Amino acid sequence: MKPEKMIRIALRSIARTKMRSMLTMLGIIIGVGAVICMVAIGQGAQSRIEQSILDLGVNMVVITPGASSSGGISRGAGSLNRLQIADAEKLARESMLLSTVTPVIMTGGRIRGGMGNWHAPLYGVDITFEEIRDWPVSSGQWFGQDDVRASRKVCLLGSTVAGELFPDQDPIGQEIILRDVPFDVIGVLEDKGQTAGGDDQDDCVVAPYTTVQKRLAGRQFIAQILGSAWSPDDVPAAMDEASAIMQESHGLADWEEADFTVRNQSDLADAATGTTEVMTMLLAAIAGISLLVGGIGIMNIMLVSVTERTREIGIRMAIGARPGDVLTQFLVESIVLSLLGGIIGVGLGYGGSWLVAYLTGWPTAIAPATVGVALGFSAAVGIFFGFWPARKAAGLDPITALRYE
Amino acid sequence: MNANNAVISLANLRKTYAMGSNVVHALQDVDLTIKAGEMVAIMGASGSGKSTLMNIVGCLDRPTSGTYELNGERVESLSRNQLADLRNRHIGFVFQGFNLLARTSAQENVELPLLYDRSERQIDPAAAARRALQRVMLDDRREHQTSELSGGQQQRVAIARALVTEPSLLLADEPTGNLDTRTSIEVLALFQELNEQGLTVAMVTHENEISQYARRVVELRDGLIIRDEPVSNRRSARNDLSSMQAV
Repeated sequence: MKPEKMIRIALRSIARTKMRSMLTMLGIIIGVGAVICMVAIGQGAQSRIEQSILDLGVNMVVITPGASSSGGISRGAGSLNRLQIADAEKLARESMLLSTVTPVIMTGGRIRGGMGNWHAPLYGVDITFEEIRDWPVSSGQWFGQDDVRASRKVCLLGSTVAGELFPDQDPIGQEIILRDVPFDVIGVLEDKGQTAGGDDQDDCVVAPYTTVQKRLAGRQFIAQILGSAWSPDDVPAAMDEASAIMQESHGLADWEEADFTVRNQSDLADAATGTTEVMTMLLAAIAGISLLVGGIGIMNIMLVSVTERTREIGIRMAIGARPGDVLTQFLVESIVLSLLGGIIGVGLGYGGSWLVAYLTGWPTAIAPATVGVALGFSAAVGIFFGFWPARKAAGLDPITALRYE
Repeated sequence: MNANNAVISLANLRKTYAMGSNVVHALQDVDLTIKAGEMVAIMGASGSGKSTLMNIVGCLDRPTSGTYELNGERVESLSRNQLADLRNRHIGFVFQGFNLLARTSAQENVELPLLYDRSERQIDPAAAARRALQRVMLDDRREHQTSELSGGQQQRVAIARALVTEPSLLLADEPTGNLDTRTSIEVLALFQELNEQGLTVAMVTHENEISQYARRVVELRDGLIIRDEPVSNRRSARNDLSSMQAV
């Protein structure tokens, strides 16, 4: 029989019992809808977590001084500091894979100003620090290129420092004195919160590295160089490149032990992304089970339908339907039911994930592949769970089927 | 078609069923020939074997032994699929309980056999169904659902469904069993009319009165043909209807 004939017969049968067909499809509708919704939520959560890791600086490459050894006895990391501003400048000039680079000079001391005094670390950085650490100001403004070039005595306060020194007034425009050097406060940094290790990141003062070096540190060597790769994928290559540039900068041959360390944060990112991937799969598996239950619902109804329509099967056989025709009819019916349910379920999934996004503000993302897999799976459910009832129908004896009451 | 113009030709036909340890001989040694254009009533009490005979003639069942030729083609050893094609092509069934599809229009019910038509004939199902419904004078009820039709109308739709494939044989199983007297005679009038137009009709009945409208009566008892004779005083259903109207 021609396929369009078969589909027409199946559609007529489905249309004859609209209510039941709807209820039968409901299992598949909910199953497919749940799969799409859950995967969308899972992928949304994944991209959200990835985003928050990006905020931490997942692209960040950290170069710190290496360990020196003397007579075979290591003195530990940082024991030999040969990091210099020049290294940072060379990296910024030559690196293809790092979008930005900043030196970080770490010092600190007693701060006077406003309501009293405080003790906090001071970071001398370049203006690119804002981008690398993704750390804008909550009020005022970041210092600019001019301030760095002219070594102006301007600074940004971490929110903790701002709160301690200026609890009741706007710190911007005020003056603080850090170890006898006066700084104009031009901005307050946004809250960063604690590090994984529990340190308060907001308890700091940030100033141009040129100023810090000239006025306070007075040293040639710097604590860190921070760089930012163009994308998380570029991080490993950027690290290799940074190593090579640093080796060259320090006049070391390839085989010589590096006197610096290059690290990144992507291990953390990998772990977190892995966790959300597992979560997405878990959600999809749970939703998949509901799809399976929907399939069993279809089988149940198809079996009932075969019993109930025994007489119809007898009539069809008497007027010339081959057993194969009857098998095909019931199989096509269950495939059409489950596929139709699948299509409605996709709509439900879109609606559901939109609703979740709307109510919770989570970003949800529906991958076209998910839709394809869900539709394919629902058709497979129709074939798988429709086959047995269809075979039962095709195996009926026309005489018995005709007499069936 | 063979020389003597036989539509149905049964020879030494036997059918036995195993009912537990008993063997039931539903048909023993039946010889029967039905020629084109005949109108035969197959009679018998229940248990006489007439249903078994009808099932075999209708290609729904296969004999245990013996030969069956339908339009000169041996059918006793055909496969299920081949039997299905034969039923579709050569036999129009009319049942006691009408056996129409529920929640389906008369038109669609009549089109149904053509959906399973595997012959090379190019038949437009819609047009053929309309013609068949015209022959049973129901073309004004085409779009009515089964449940919206009276018993007599439903049986006429069933007859139209049997006619739509232009079969060699119209096989009716107690066609008037569920109908009142007047509607029964209307259906019989339709059979007589179709028979006069050349259709071969075989109807199974247990009512002697109904058999009087056929041209020939075959009676079975205990799986044997005990009577096979022409109807001497054949009744005309049309005349009976007009006399009923007179009363």
